[in-house]
Amino acid sequence: MSTAVKSQAALISADARPASGAWAADARADAASRLAAMGLPTRRDEYWKWTRPDSLVSAVADAAEVLDYEGEEPLFDDVDRLKVVFVDGVYDAEASDALEGEGLEIERLADAAAKDIHWAKDLYGVLEARGQSPVNRPLAVHNTATATDGVVIRVTGAVSRPVSLVYRHEDASSDAILHSVVRLEEGAKLTLLENGPAAARFSNVLEVDVAKGAEFHHVRAQGRDHERQAITHMFSQVDAEAVFKSFTMTVNGKLTRNECVIDIVGDNAVAHVAGAVLGDGAAGDFHHDDTVFITHYAVACESRQVFKKVLKNGAKGVFQGKILVKPDAQKTDGYQKSQSLLLDDDASFQAKPELEIYADDVICSHGSTTGAIDEEALFYLRSRGVPTPIATDLLVLAFLADAIEEIEDEDIAAEVTGRLDAWLARRRD
Amino acid sequence: MLKINNLHVKLEEEDKQILKGVDLEVPAGKVHAIMGPNGSGKSTLSYVLSGRDGYEVTEGDATLDGEELLDMEPEERAAAGLFLAFQYPVEIPGVGNMTFLRTAVNAQRKARGEEEMSAADFLKFIRAKAKDLKIDADMLKRPVNVGFSGGEKKRNEILQMAMLEPKMCILDETDSGLDVDAMKLVSEGVNALRDEGRSFLVITHYQRLLDHIKPDVVHIMAAGRIVKSGGPELALEVEHNGYADILAEIDA
Repeated sequence: MSTAVKSQAALISADARPASGAWAADARADAASRLAAMGLPTRRDEYWKWTRPDSLVSAVADAAEVLDYEGEEPLFDDVDRLKVVFVDGVYDAEASDALEGEGLEIERLADAAAKDIHWAKDLYGVLEARGQSPVNRPLAVHNTATATDGVVIRVTGAVSRPVSLVYRHEDASSDAILHSVVRLEEGAKLTLLENGPAAARFSNVLEVDVAKGAEFHHVRAQGRDHERQAITHMFSQVDAEAVFKSFTMTVNGKLTRNECVIDIVGDNAVAHVAGAVLGDGAAGDFHHDDTVFITHYAVACESRQVFKKVLKNGAKGVFQGKILVKPDAQKTDGYQKSQSLLLDDDASFQAKPELEIYADDVICSHGSTTGAIDEEALFYLRSRGVPTPIATDLLVLAFLADAIEEIEDEDIAAEVTGRLDAWLARRRD
Repeated sequence: MLKINNLHVKLEEEDKQILKGVDLEVPAGKVHAIMGPNGSGKSTLSYVLSGRDGYEVTEGDATLDGEELLDMEPEERAAAGLFLAFQYPVEIPGVGNMTFLRTAVNAQRKARGEEEMSAADFLKFIRAKAKDLKIDADMLKRPVNVGFSGGEKKRNEILQMAMLEPKMCILDETDSGLDVDAMKLVSEGVNALRDEGRSFLVITHYQRLLDHIKPDVVHIMAAGRIVKSGGPELALEVEHNGYADILAEIDA
């Protein structure tokens, strides 16, 4: 029945793929054939039970009105950063900083892909392909085959200045596909910031290889345009004594699905993924899905999943999270928390927390809850003179606090909190 | 200041009458105590006055400086000058004590049409008040009441009272769960706030708190009514003979 669906092009023709040098052409062709074999997701797929993929696989993206930010100071503007700007998925050289920085090599994917030989060959589509088992993630494969740009970053030292990818949305009908890879060499350190709505429909893949003792910090804010849609995938491999920490803030957006696949492959490594979500269906449809898969292959590693959603007026939240502990991954410490705060009866939250453990000496648990505002706390605040709307918002921010605490940098955490607070305040006045 | 007139209250959920005609008047600058056995309705009175859900007033009224309290939302009562020190202060994970107090102070000021307090003034103000109550900087930074000991929670209640400067303070079993030292500290905090424009209603099960916070009038509450009122000596009588004698005397 479906009209023009991308799946007709499950065999992505060679001309649909961006111009490529040898290595990139190979990676893209490989992805195209993998996609042809697996097909695009449909509503019948178990993994898409709660999120309809239809509007993500349609041949033409639904239009999304560009939000007027009314002169508001852009996020992370106060941060000393290396800024790389994409407008509707197209690199904007003028708005971007020079692609250079101490302790890192940074290049556009489009440039890297045009070369015949490039180090990114060992990562581009490689971590993604590995992340296709045991569950297929066809939209990531589609991305690998067709992404037009992105950045490739190799980090060799402790980089103090964050790399900041800014995704602007100016065209109401844009359909952007970006793909970035980051390789942190042994002991290297990088903070990657991402923010903005990017396009009417945005597909983004990020592959991150964190070598021994390296540290990767990631803070992402998805834009507030009400009708925008995003499908994002993060694939990471975390080696011994390395640290991987990722936080995502989402407010508004018709459809967002953030998938995160992490393989912890070296001993004593740490991997944390967190998300804070505010969804108000009154301003337009809101559907947000966090799908996370963390696999422990090594000994004495720690993983955390901290996902918090505040939903009202028909906003929908989904969480599918898994911790898989392989037989050799003794002393694993894994915890998964997915909680939603439903501010009315129209909002809904579906959660599927899973633990699959094959080692015997581990501490693994999960807590998934759905609740309403704590009436006792609300009364206590009101009895001190705080009006109900302000008291409710205080409790909402408090509910999100332990996800925000996953952000290492205190200034950035404060800025994120401030933005969430401002979002709440705009709805209060 | 506070005038309660023939107040009848029942639980909303079940058809159970808790207060059966409470009459009470606390004049400005006075400290009144309410004592009584468990289940006499003391805490219900404090909750109804502060506006907690779950109670239905079936008859009577209560006014604060002539304003009808029972028609107001809890936050309006607070802005009008009413303060309840909770028997069981609520823990609020994720909300810093300082943020909570600043929000409350400024919300009340705004409700009264006053200017909000600047961050610097607020800090100065809270530091001075906290010092008197031996509340350290760490307790101010921590989430509201989370991980606080029983004594710390009660001191935190008094700190809120000191910051909000209410006209009418109701202390609901503030002595419960306190050791002697903590009780002394809390009492000193309360006594420091005694003022000719401020009244207190001290609800307690035991007389010992009243050694520290000297009441002007003591009321005995039983079965949902004030059954006897007198001077501080009434509290001593309860201490020595229990409630049985007084209740028997009333029944007779």
